[in-house]
Amino acid sequence: MREPMIEFIDFTFQYRAQAEPTLRNITLTIREGEKVLILGPSGSGKSTLAHCINGLAPHFYPGTMQGTAKLKGRDMSSLSLYERSTYIGTVLQDPDGQFVGMTVAEDIAFKLENENVPQHEMVPRVAEAARGVGMEHLLSASPHALSGGQKQRTTLAGILVSEADVLLFDEPLANLDPQAGKQAIELIDRIHRETGRTILIVEHRLEDVLHRHVDRIVVMAEGRIIADTTPDDLLCSNILRETGIREPLYLTALRYAGCAITPAMKPSDLPNLELSTCLPSLRAWYDVSSAAAAAAERPAVLELQNIDFRYEPGGPSILNQVSLRVGQGELVSVVGHNGAGKSTLSKLICGFLKPSAGRMLYKGEDLANATIKERAGRIGFVLQSPNHMISKTLLYEEVALGLNLRGMPDTEIKERVHETLRICGLYPFRSWPISALSYGQKKRVTIASILVLQPEVIILDEPTAGQDYRHYNEMMEFLLSLTVNGVSIIVITHDMHLMMEYAQRTIVLSEGEVLADRAPADVLTDIRLIEAASLKETSIYTLAQRAGIEQPEEFVRRFIAYDRRERNV
Amino acid sequence: MKMRMLTYSPLDSPLHRLSGAAKLIFFILWAVTVMVTFDTRSLLVMLLFALILLRVSRIKLRDYAFVLYLILIFFALNHLAIFLFSPLEGVSLYGTRHDLFPIAGRYIVTEEQLFYQFNVALKYVTVIPMALLFMLTTEPGEFAASLHRVGISYRIAYAVSIALRYIPDVQRDYENIACAAQARGIDISRKEKLTRRVRNMIGILLPLILTSVQRIETISAAMELRSFGQHRKRTWYNGRPFTWMDYFVIILIILIAAVSTYVTFQDGSRFYNPFQ
Repeated sequence: MREPMIEFIDFTFQYRAQAEPTLRNITLTIREGEKVLILGPSGSGKSTLAHCINGLAPHFYPGTMQGTAKLKGRDMSSLSLYERSTYIGTVLQDPDGQFVGMTVAEDIAFKLENENVPQHEMVPRVAEAARGVGMEHLLSASPHALSGGQKQRTTLAGILVSEADVLLFDEPLANLDPQAGKQAIELIDRIHRETGRTILIVEHRLEDVLHRHVDRIVVMAEGRIIADTTPDDLLCSNILRETGIREPLYLTALRYAGCAITPAMKPSDLPNLELSTCLPSLRAWYDVSSAAAAAAERPAVLELQNIDFRYEPGGPSILNQVSLRVGQGELVSVVGHNGAGKSTLSKLICGFLKPSAGRMLYKGEDLANATIKERAGRIGFVLQSPNHMISKTLLYEEVALGLNLRGMPDTEIKERVHETLRICGLYPFRSWPISALSYGQKKRVTIASILVLQPEVIILDEPTAGQDYRHYNEMMEFLLSLTVNGVSIIVITHDMHLMMEYAQRTIVLSEGEVLADRAPADVLTDIRLIEAASLKETSIYTLAQRAGIEQPEEFVRRFIAYDRRERNV
Repeated sequence: MKMRMLTYSPLDSPLHRLSGAAKLIFFILWAVTVMVTFDTRSLLVMLLFALILLRVSRIKLRDYAFVLYLILIFFALNHLAIFLFSPLEGVSLYGTRHDLFPIAGRYIVTEEQLFYQFNVALKYVTVIPMALLFMLTTEPGEFAASLHRVGISYRIAYAVSIALRYIPDVQRDYENIACAAQARGIDISRKEKLTRRVRNMIGILLPLILTSVQRIETISAAMELRSFGQHRKRTWYNGRPFTWMDYFVIILIILIAAVSTYVTFQDGSRFYNPFQ
């Protein structure tokens, strides 16, 4: 048996600002060289557990602890943040915020600099660490020239450069697109195999983490550990459903087909999944299911015709001949890698930028002469971070703001705000301060503050980013209810679940051009489009291939249709 | 498109190869020397020297044009203010009075005033190229290292560097926030009344400040996790060891300072006086 690296016995932690403990009676042992996933929905205490391991709690976030916590046999409370950092390297959630250097090399060197390592020793060590994560050709790049995945790899190199025994990843996938996320999981796995360091991953995206083997999964809910088991056993239990963690999609498909899932099938390992017992029922299910018929075309609300955009005449073209249409009550997703022109497109639609050529029609009327303010009454724009939009302290005032600025009489404002709050499920909180709301509720407030202006099109930038399954569901069901009332929704997203489960169409932007405008199933099974949009192949497709289905694309289409019927979408 | 502010561009020139610390010391002594002297002769020589260096550095005008225009505007305002508040400053400094032409009331243009303001202008144009040179030829990462080297605590030095690092991020946040706010009807253009505009500006600044505070929290956590502030000293990946060129440059600026100060004060006054 290997030596325990981290040990908690009956450990309880309470933040100073909280009335109740966030972690309760945690007993957990992590052994040297293990690779462990700490899984749990938002608010389960998994991040706090990570903070208690790396020392941010209580050194950075003050609080009190009870019980035993040991790091390599030493009592954690006797170790300073600095001493802990020599054992534990942490990759935080936000790849941008933790990038402290002016260049990749400086960021990797940051810990060495602080430890007074002489320069001549530092340079080769930085170069080696950069090679380890594939960033050696970008040593002098500044953070603004890097993608989220590259920034994260840089941070990882900044940890590998020192001799930390434990690598702790706090929601490493939260801010990455599916392709970068997949690469991150592969990289973490490679480092684990090559260096034998202890790896802890804190996440709620189970399927994405299981892309590579993990030794153990610790499930947390409401501040307690409710399971500590192998991935295969976990996937066969009811724990995921009880805690609100999304199970891997291929298992959903097997369940739909009526297959019993047992640990012996190795359900955590899709490429080696033992399917023989399932094949007949899977095939039977495939044969009786049908894909959705092509949806009838709806009257267009917003139409873009051959839009070109460049910042200056003769400058590089940012958007090139972009045409698209959005029908009444449609939910359309726009995908594409960083810099493909997604945010430029939304800025053009809202009027923050003017197209260099082309026409934009709203219900047949040319938008060219409409001001930003006028457009806002027709097309709303919701930013990814609610903190970027909220400028009032009270919920009511925040939602009423746009109407106040339009000089509407108070009685009418009150009526409209209350109606909007009811639609958004925020009515009970109408007199609350916004600071008392949860992240998901704040997000809803920002949508309400746009909805109150009664636009018929709403553009949302990554509405589900960083949200767990339950919050994702709540958000999407809410957006769906808006489309039922005739509001058209454009989501700019990397969320493949969102595309599969809710979008009618997916528009793929690449290098400023519309590469495809098709059903989500078609996009998610086309390797060329997947790559252009930084997505990854859906596991349903892989499952169909493994099961020997001749037309895996059709399998995905049927799965999506079946799944939507099951959930009444 | 984005304006190019004072951003470092990786060129190769003798100035780029100097260590940031040497350049910082050079710049500080240069600025002090120019501030002290009102001797037209030494200012002219120093200006010539500064222009040669600007040439040697291979920096292009467009890299600093915007900042230069900004400085020139303040420069013009400053001169106007000098004349408005003290039109006969030159007369009292040089002790003689040669009127050229009157404007109105106490505003009379004199040769002395013109010469005095010419000297002030000269001081400006002698310092500006050096400031630009320092900013544009020093890698931002090395900037902090050089501050630390001249004796400033590395915590403060790094704060400067971190600020530089996050300016573009905050700019991007501002753009996003302003766009979303405008769409809701928060108008900050001139179409709105001033009081209203100020209030609307606050509506945009508040979320910007809150996001920036959150940013700071993340950065400080990330830095502490990587041992920042643990020791009294730290090393720098980008710090450059001193070469003979750096010592040469420091000796050079000490000589320039000494000669200029000697020339200035040899007649017992800061002012070179052609009127006596």
